[in-house]
Amino acid sequence: MELHDSTATISVGGAMREVDVSLIEEPRLGDHVLVHAGFAIHKWDQSEVEEFQAIRAAMDLREAIA
Amino acid sequence: MKAMVQNIAQLSQRVGHDVKFMEVCGTHTMATFRSGLRQLLPVSVRLVSGPGCPVCVTDPSYLDAAIELCGRPNIIIATFGDLVRVPGTDTSLEQERAAGANVRIVYSPNDALMLARESPSKKVVFLGVGFETTAPTIAWAIWRAARDDVQNFSVLCAHKTMPQAMDALLRDKELKIDGFLCPGHVSVITGAHIYRFICERYRIPCVVSGFESWDILKSIELLLRQLAEGRAEVENEYSRSVNERGNEAAQRLMAEVFEPCDTVWRGIGIIPGSGLAIRDKYACFDATKALGVTFPEAHVNPLCRCGSVLRGAASPPDCRLFGHPCSPTHPIGPCMVSGEGVCAAYYKYEGVAA
Repeated sequence: MELHDSTATISVGGAMREVDVSLIEEPRLGDHVLVHAGFAIHKWDQSEVEEFQAIRAAMDLREAIA
Repeated sequence: MKAMVQNIAQLSQRVGHDVKFMEVCGTHTMATFRSGLRQLLPVSVRLVSGPGCPVCVTDPSYLDAAIELCGRPNIIIATFGDLVRVPGTDTSLEQERAAGANVRIVYSPNDALMLARESPSKKVVFLGVGFETTAPTIAWAIWRAARDDVQNFSVLCAHKTMPQAMDALLRDKELKIDGFLCPGHVSVITGAHIYRFICERYRIPCVVSGFESWDILKSIELLLRQLAEGRAEVENEYSRSVNERGNEAAQRLMAEVFEPCDTVWRGIGIIPGSGLAIRDKYACFDATKALGVTFPEAHVNPLCRCGSVLRGAASPPDCRLFGHPCSPTHPIGPCMVSGEGVCAAYYKYEGVAA
């Protein structure tokens, strides 16, 4: 959303939050990041984002016990 | 999901005996209870929780030291939320705050550093508790404080590292763990390679797992498949976030600020090399040195079985205090306080026997 030096404003489920991006390499606007204790600790590439979305879509425990 | 549940059932038959898998991470513990996936597993597959809740494994003497500190003049204690409710010998940080102590809950170590910058007449002490996932964020705050000469900031450091604790559990022959669900977010920082010694030395399978129900079921399936095929390897189910080498920038920062030390784990005791101490180079940001903090022997309720629960040697209902009188509103042990604590998870999702 925004990037200033070591700080980025990111969207977490629609809510805006400031995180420190000092622990990841070459942060860019549009990156998807994993956040812990106010720090981005990992940058997901597009295939990793798609894997996560596919897992979310496949998750339905009701189906698993049907 | 259904296919995975079926695979797990078939593989557990192929294995042919009861198995006990330890989910080392507190976030995994909470996820397995919240999703209800424990009910989807065959009776022969048992999940036990390990020492992966940072607040839970913190020795009560550390809490007593933090409580003593917060009673001193001009001290602000900054901490993550869970720690304030854990009882020490006589009181908790929450009770001290209600009585007027300056205890602030922060979301990030950076918030504590900011608080120090904004409060030059106070000394801000951040309670550094957590594993390899959290340690780099605190290393960063210390490094930044040194760079910017923020002299009124320090850390009371009780960081711990996971592989040594897993090793200590495996030396305990009573536990008999058949496989580890390895902590995903620790592994983001360390890389998946840190568990290799478990496979090589103990012939026990390890799977680094993500936190969705799908991830955890898949990881259980992978563990069972290894057992069925007689393999003991590190597999990485959480490859979307974890690689072999980990976050090297974070590792470099940790190595710059911290050095390994022996440390006490609640319920386990002293594990050599399993802690992180602040290096002498940054001694002025080490609260034990800058403020002369000591760790007197603590006394906790002798009936509390958090120690056994944290080793996977007891379940919450095995504790006489569980439910009555120990509950999330009146916690006696740390496992009932933390959002990652197994007693809190059990209380919330399994309930208390009448």
